[in-house]
Amino acid sequence: MNHGTKKRRRNTLPLHVIAIIVGVFMVVPVVYALLGGFKDNSELSENPFGLPAQWITANYTDVLGSGSFWQQVWNSTFIAVVTTVVTVGLSALAAFVFARFAFRGRELYFTLFTAGLMFPFAVAILPIFVLLRTLGLLDNPLGVILTQAAFGLPLTIIILRGFFRSIPGEIEEAATIDGCTPFGFFWRILLPMARPAIATVSVLAIVGSWNNFMLPLVVFSEEASWTLPLGIQQFQGQYASDTARILAYLILAMVPALGFYAIAERHLVGGLTAGATKG
Amino acid sequence: MTTLTKGPEAVRLPAPAPAAVRRGRAVTIALFLLPALVLFLLLVVAPMVVALYASVFRWNGFGGLPTNFIGPDNFTRLFTSEIFAQDLWHLLVLVVLSICVQLPFSLAVAMLLNQRMRGRALYRVLFFAPYVLSEVITGVLFSLILSPGSGMANQVLRVFGWESEWLADPGTVMPSLFLVMTWKYFGFHMMIYLAGRQNIPNELIEAAQIDGATGWKTFRHVTLPLLGPTIRISIFLSVIYTIQLFDLVWILTGGGPSHSSETMAVTMMDWGFKRSQVGYASAISVVMFALSLVFALVYQRFVMRRDLEGAMTSQGGRT
Repeated sequence: MNHGTKKRRRNTLPLHVIAIIVGVFMVVPVVYALLGGFKDNSELSENPFGLPAQWITANYTDVLGSGSFWQQVWNSTFIAVVTTVVTVGLSALAAFVFARFAFRGRELYFTLFTAGLMFPFAVAILPIFVLLRTLGLLDNPLGVILTQAAFGLPLTIIILRGFFRSIPGEIEEAATIDGCTPFGFFWRILLPMARPAIATVSVLAIVGSWNNFMLPLVVFSEEASWTLPLGIQQFQGQYASDTARILAYLILAMVPALGFYAIAERHLVGGLTAGATKG
Repeated sequence: MTTLTKGPEAVRLPAPAPAAVRRGRAVTIALFLLPALVLFLLLVVAPMVVALYASVFRWNGFGGLPTNFIGPDNFTRLFTSEIFAQDLWHLLVLVVLSICVQLPFSLAVAMLLNQRMRGRALYRVLFFAPYVLSEVITGVLFSLILSPGSGMANQVLRVFGWESEWLADPGTVMPSLFLVMTWKYFGFHMMIYLAGRQNIPNELIEAAQIDGATGWKTFRHVTLPLLGPTIRISIFLSVIYTIQLFDLVWILTGGGPSHSSETMAVTMMDWGFKRSQVGYASAISVVMFALSLVFALVYQRFVMRRDLEGAMTSQGGRT
């Protein structure tokens, strides 16, 4: 086998050429935005690709100096974190019951949740809007948080139930003999053991919430409650002709998502692809 | 939670368990399950039912549940509407383009990055990155790049003596939209294919090569058939996503110019929120749901039938 690989070792130059062409297609839009943010608009239209003749930082510093950008970062973060805690918390409790208890109607309830995977969010948006308005949750982060959590339950429960089931029953027996209550077993033994699965579902919930647009779009009308996607859309409308400034805003808005990607790359890729193939 | 700690000694008793223990167990199950169940019923199941219900009423979304029953009128109106016919046409165009262009492209890149080559980890990370960015960032970025006149794309093309109206021309808006979708999503499909490829034992590929199969023949007759389940899942995801496509279109074109890039979800939001015809908009969402459901059932029954068992078990093992 060893000499086989040696013999098959060939010139990888064509591979690199193709990969680099694709890479350019991927990177150019972002580099254009990054450099464009340092230019003024007249230079941007004459010299879209080159380095700026003069590095103008005003576009970036203006955005960073504006309260609304940070307000949106904070709103997005707050909503993403609370959504994740609620989704994963409630799902873990339910998945624990589904995985560890035998009771009448268990399969029925579980099937109900799995059927939720088939409910596209867009289908329910109008009634959800009416419901949130009736409950007084419009322009309230809770309106977005609870709805996102509800739609996140099916996939999270399915993934966690699978993981909880794979933990041997002997461990639970041992814990019970040592005087552990069901909740004690869940909290002190099952959850710590399920850390990889918890990380996967948390990543899914965070990214889903961070990038969500449709729900905040209908729930939030006051600027104070806007999340980043709403802010970006609004900013584009407001500074329609000031392309350089919008590019700076886009780049700054990318930083948290790409930073998260850099830190949690493995979990993110694994979670997003596994999550989607399960759904 | 203190109620749960009642009588841990008793739990240890052999069956039949006393009534108190069984009641304790029932309380535990209820306490653990109810929060998720209530939230799910309230914000997922109930809205779906209301959407179904509202689709046969004339309703502006105010004053409790709708009362002005009009039977199937919303659906008749929908099925004779030209905009809706266009929505379906756009769906078909995007699905065909995805399956014939985007997914083969993703597969080719995945096979490329499965080779031993320097920097392939970096390429993978790079190609997947747009999937992590929000649709809004992607949409705004490309609406600037593709802006007619002096957008970056036109400045590049002008070097070759060509330019395009991109999103502003009904004739080019759909390919432009598809281009943006490919930029954002192909890395995701690539990752799925790479994961699928890694589940194929290398021995099979090597055996084919020892038998004298060329690179293309190995791919065509060994790798591709073994990737079948993965490809079928990726087609499935792509179609389901396209049926509900909203964010990117809303940001890039708003469905325009003159409805030439509109999707069902955009039409629904338009009627539901801009014109307060919630009953009619609900009819659109019901059709969207029915389409997803029928597609999912038919596809799983006839296309993924043989894959499902294997796919389920291998995924259970992976997480």
